[in-house]
Amino acid sequence: MTRRREAVRRAFHPALSLSMGSVNKDPRPQTGSARADSDRVAPLEAWAKERSGAPYPPPSHTLSREPWRVGRGWRPRFALPTLSRFLRRFHVSGSRSRLDVRQITQSLLYGPGVDRARKAQARLGLALVGFALVYGVIALRLVLYAVAADTHTIQRGGSTDALATARPDILDRNGEILASDVKTPSLFAEPRRIIDPDEATELLAGVLPDLDSREVRDRLGSKRGFAWLKRDITPTQRKEIYRLGIPGIGFLTENKRVYPNGNEFSHIVGHVNIDNQGIAGIEKWIDNRGLADLHRAGFGVDSEQEPVRLAVDLRVQHALRDELVAARDTFKADAAAGIVLDVRSGEVVSLVSVPDYNPNNPREALEPDRINRLTTGVYEMGSTFKALTIAMALDSGKVTLNSSFDARGSLRYGHFNISDYHAQNRVLTVPEIFTYSSNVGAAKIALAQGVENHKAFLAKVGQLDRLRTELPESAEPIVPRHWGELNTVTIAFGHGLSVAPLQSVMGVAAIVNGGYLIPPTFLKRSPAEARAVARRVVKPETSAAMRYLMRLNVEKGTATKADVKGFYVGGKTGTAEKVINGHYSKHRLMTDFMAVLPADEPRFLLLIMLDEPKPLPETHGFATSGWNAAPVTAKVIARIAPLLGLEPRFDLPPADHLFLASAKAVR
Amino acid sequence: MVSRVERTPLAAWWWTIDRFSLLALGAIMLGGIVLSLAASPPVAARLGLDGFYFVHRHLLFLAPAIAVMLAVSFLSPRQIRRLALVVFIISMALVVVTLFVGAEVKGARRWIVLAGVNIQPSEFLKPSFVVLSAWLFAESARKPDMPATTFSLMLLLGAVGVLVLQPDFGQTMLIALVWGALFFMAGMRLVWVAGLGGAAVLGLFAAYTTIPHVARRIKRFLDPASGDTFQVDAAVESFFRGGWFGQGPGEGTVKRILPDSHADFVFAVAAEEFGIVLCLILVLLFAFIVLRALGKAMRNEDPFSRFSIAGLAILFGAQSAINMAVNLALIPAKGMTLPFISYGGSSMISLAYGMGMLLAFTRERPRAALLQAPPRHPGTAGVPPPDGRAAPSGSAF
Repeated sequence: MTRRREAVRRAFHPALSLSMGSVNKDPRPQTGSARADSDRVAPLEAWAKERSGAPYPPPSHTLSREPWRVGRGWRPRFALPTLSRFLRRFHVSGSRSRLDVRQITQSLLYGPGVDRARKAQARLGLALVGFALVYGVIALRLVLYAVAADTHTIQRGGSTDALATARPDILDRNGEILASDVKTPSLFAEPRRIIDPDEATELLAGVLPDLDSREVRDRLGSKRGFAWLKRDITPTQRKEIYRLGIPGIGFLTENKRVYPNGNEFSHIVGHVNIDNQGIAGIEKWIDNRGLADLHRAGFGVDSEQEPVRLAVDLRVQHALRDELVAARDTFKADAAAGIVLDVRSGEVVSLVSVPDYNPNNPREALEPDRINRLTTGVYEMGSTFKALTIAMALDSGKVTLNSSFDARGSLRYGHFNISDYHAQNRVLTVPEIFTYSSNVGAAKIALAQGVENHKAFLAKVGQLDRLRTELPESAEPIVPRHWGELNTVTIAFGHGLSVAPLQSVMGVAAIVNGGYLIPPTFLKRSPAEARAVARRVVKPETSAAMRYLMRLNVEKGTATKADVKGFYVGGKTGTAEKVINGHYSKHRLMTDFMAVLPADEPRFLLLIMLDEPKPLPETHGFATSGWNAAPVTAKVIARIAPLLGLEPRFDLPPADHLFLASAKAVR
Repeated sequence: MVSRVERTPLAAWWWTIDRFSLLALGAIMLGGIVLSLAASPPVAARLGLDGFYFVHRHLLFLAPAIAVMLAVSFLSPRQIRRLALVVFIISMALVVVTLFVGAEVKGARRWIVLAGVNIQPSEFLKPSFVVLSAWLFAESARKPDMPATTFSLMLLLGAVGVLVLQPDFGQTMLIALVWGALFFMAGMRLVWVAGLGGAAVLGLFAAYTTIPHVARRIKRFLDPASGDTFQVDAAVESFFRGGWFGQGPGEGTVKRILPDSHADFVFAVAAEEFGIVLCLILVLLFAFIVLRALGKAMRNEDPFSRFSIAGLAILFGAQSAINMAVNLALIPAKGMTLPFISYGGSSMISLAYGMGMLLAFTRERPRAALLQAPPRHPGTAGVPPPDGRAAPSGSAF
């Protein structure tokens, strides 16, 4: 017991333990330290005596912490700080038992026999490390937020599906913007955080009067975490709603797609839904190409995206649409459509199908007459198909331009009677069949080739398979299931086989451009890329002959109204009787005109289509292609040829000379 | 430049003050002005005041704050101790007075009007309390037989008592934290560390069960869906909006939403307008000051100076860390100002007072001056103790 006390006493009496240590280390007697020793030993003895029942109190200086000053009567020379002096009063005057308690408390609190200075230093080090960690955590959180901010735009609670997705701009071939994103605020609520749904509804209705209050009230009253209130509000409305200060109401900046050209490109560019996802046209193609997956994975939301460059020309598109709208009006047609195709590259320079819709208000697209007739509709193209028939015959080598076919009377096939519109009732040469648009002649040419050859040739020029372009909207051609001689007869002049107009344009382009079938595209395509995808389908001579025929047709055939001085237009009319209730109707026609521009060195192929044009007094009661589609084509060419970079030439020879020259060149 | 040769007080101050910390404090104050310009106009507009009302007030408080900080940094440890005692007694008395005459703001009596100025005396209590506690713990290490620990405990209980009555749990927590840290550094045994930790948990639990708004805040932090976490959500949102480089000055939105954007959520405003890079710079500045001070405390051999530096640094560091952590939704919401950046006159002057003391304690002194001229024995200055040992540390003098 006594020994333990002794140990405790030593432990917490720093002077004691220190001086002892110094004695052990340094045995040399020194006056100071000797004195100190003797001074120190005395209280020890007193302590020991007291423990063994010896008389007490010990001298008052026993517990002084400066052993070397004991007994000198030393006093501080000037006043101590007040609190310090106050404490000192507790210091010396304590009775033995109070001292004991205090010392034991000290050792209990701080531990016996420790170097408290060193301990303090170590623990300060600990505090230092602790603070470094705390600040490190804060900095780490900041960095994590910053990294998250790069990909994260939804701020509170909402699902990532609600994210408006950024889309690449769509440009025309000259860099004009056809579709772009504009950032607009959208209003949402977090119903769980709404304090008073009724008040919130009332306040919101004040700013947004067109809001359906009942629905908003229901949404705010639900227990959901997120609910849209109104998409695409104006900045002014946002400011006003901010000022209302309703908790639980927030805004998301969304990307809204805008189409600055309105209706002009509706069928090419397509449109997006409210979540900025492409659902038609090129917009859908962009999504299908991987943008949608990218967005689902949470990437690419706001980063700059490479714009999509289309082959279309804004100016040509405008001119074409303008003329088609006017033509639809003039001829009171149900619809009008047109294509301008670059025959060398397969680029669609312009594509219009009216009636169209405004992609800024995609609801219009739902009306049934707004379809894209050029890719989504399939039609019996009528006489323009004769170009394919004659090209087939010329390319086979069995028929030349000087061959003639008996076109007298009409051709009977079962109970079908095939007759000519411009009946000549004589033997016609191949150019005559073309320029008079003789159905009988074309049928006889096709029959001479044989059913299988006819079928194989049409398959080769892509008329029997579904044409797929960038536009997701496409249609399968309607091909007769059992293709017999009768089918060959009718298909020879463009009935009995329904193809998408773009498809027939592709076929005719192959016949006039030197013989290469090039799949059409809506994207910009370089000549090298076009060469890579091109496939030869007819001989160059055949192509030259066809160009001659088409030019001849404009000079003295059915298509004289399509001529535009200086641009050397070639072309072929087509008039198809529409099938109404299972029968061909004599009065409801689909007229089209296929024009090659210029005929000597083709650059572009135009197709103009009118659905059910009405006969007019000016057209002398006719509603066939030569009276409506052909003059419309002429108007279009007059407007677009300068835009397409074609220079008028007034010194060109008539078609006969042109053909002879090219035939010489081929030879 | 001040010459080293001339022994004027100013020269002595200039060559002994910790100029890096002074620079860092200046940078923080400068940041405070810029952020006040960003964060406070919407608040002023909401209160129907002139747009730059709080900016002007911020600048108005900054001037005396800088003066106080520099003046205090000239003092010697002994003068500081005496000043702290005076400040402590006065602010203690004022805190008690606020309990009776203070205006009740948001359910607490913290403010008192003195000579037309609104003062929050508990702010001044903090640094003076820290210095007094540091001195008591230093005494307890130097003189084990004095009941210094008991006194410091009494000091704590007194201060905590009046603060809880206000009530002001933020300050209570801060004071208890610093006191605990000082006790820990003074060499408390690990058993007691555990005991004190237990007591803190118990205290928190008591607050959780008895004080409804504390319970709500903690519940909300653990389960954000359980209540309105509007303020914290808005703050976190601002970090996302800000990104690395911010939306640009004046482009912030969170300041229009948060009621205390110029005080408790100025860090979030900084993130939104100036970006997370600026936030990281602020964190670095705070960390630099605190860690440097703690490092200096480690090297300092005078226990009083050492504990004072440590205590003041911890007070400063804890306050900044808690504010930033709340802004970042790392801990439950607790109103705490970001030192020198948040708006608040009493807070700023009190912080300047605290930092002035920190600067004074960290001033470089010759080792001999520290060890051989202890305030208690000026007569023995320069004479080594008779046992031949240059009393290495606080265990003997």
